[in-house]
Amino acid sequence: MSNKEWPLWEVFIRSKQGLNHKHAGSLRAADEIMAIENARDVYTRRSEGVSIWVVESKNIFASNPDEADSLFEPADSKIYRHPTFYEVPDGIEHM
Amino acid sequence: MKEENIEELERQFQEKIDNDIKIEPRDWMPDNYRKTLIRQISQHAHSEVVGMLPEGNWITRAPNLRRKAVLLAKVQDEAGHGLYLYSATETLGADREDTIDDLHDGTAKYSSIFNYPTLTWADMGAIGWLVDGAAIMNQVPLCRCSYGPYARAMVRICKEESFHQRQGFEIMTTLANGTPEQKAMAQDALNRFWWPALMMFGPNDADSPHTAQSMKWKIKRHTNDELRQQFVDVTVPQAELIGLTVPDPDLKWNEETGHYDFGPINWDEFWAVVNGNGPCNKERIDARRKAKEDGEWVREAANAYAAKKRTKKAS
Repeated sequence: MSNKEWPLWEVFIRSKQGLNHKHAGSLRAADEIMAIENARDVYTRRSEGVSIWVVESKNIFASNPDEADSLFEPADSKIYRHPTFYEVPDGIEHM
Repeated sequence: MKEENIEELERQFQEKIDNDIKIEPRDWMPDNYRKTLIRQISQHAHSEVVGMLPEGNWITRAPNLRRKAVLLAKVQDEAGHGLYLYSATETLGADREDTIDDLHDGTAKYSSIFNYPTLTWADMGAIGWLVDGAAIMNQVPLCRCSYGPYARAMVRICKEESFHQRQGFEIMTTLANGTPEQKAMAQDALNRFWWPALMMFGPNDADSPHTAQSMKWKIKRHTNDELRQQFVDVTVPQAELIGLTVPDPDLKWNEETGHYDFGPINWDEFWAVVNGNGPCNKERIDARRKAKEDGEWVREAANAYAAKKRTKKAS
């Protein structure tokens, strides 16, 4: 990174109390304070948020989409983790 | 990579597109898909940013405080839209500064509409109503674009864009119902912006060589001519309702097709403006260059300050 460019940040916004922070997008800023102020101006101009997280993009580690099949394979074969796997006799309620 | 491997990857890629599975940044994609998107999204980003200039021209001269606050908010939105879109190009591996430099040295294009001057206050009305109206027509289908980050940026942009069109139409309505001079001013703005607005949809389908591939990749969902027709069909009745006349002697409702027929577009003018010879091309690029150069020391100072704070924290 040259001295003239600002690092890239990922922005996460909690839209209201009780909900998770959700990825909103990214932006460039010199530091974390500027990143939060820019995120406010860019992603919450219409009251879309009550809380903001910013993370420098270089600090995010992501799974490799090419390896998604093998990464998520363990879940595919375990259908007994879902309630629909089990037989419930007729007449049983509240289960 | 072996050739048959690429063929297989391309086959799988098209299969995802055909099944409406979105493509995300780190997924494999053909080089041309990436290049097409970078070109289209960056052109779009440049249009948002250059689009601030003709309207910025009127912020200090808005007729009252309400109009001024609205115009400021609109111009601020355009800056935000540019930013969402530059971010989307970055997910494709494009360097943001390089992208912006391409605009400044004339390699990259932006919407030719912004190379027309804004001569009167009524032009703020015409731009919001016609230019943002045409942009919405173009942009709504892009919310379903196959590339995830672009589609998500477009959802956000479209939500914000509808206020832009309404505020423009409100300006036009107010002027059209005003004094004869005010109404003439509104009509003059419509006269000047109507044809450039129709040109915003790009060349006729027969002269648009990339359309077929872009539609196969679901980057584009409708052809230029389809969208242009849709725009004419919805806009003409709006003009009639506020008592303004669309400046096209050939404009006529066609009972058979259920659409308006309209006169030929002056494509020589379109290409002249695209190729840099519109009334304001030089002024717009000069203003963008100056903004970047004048802000350089600020960006450097902010970086230096951030570095100093980090060192202090570490010690």
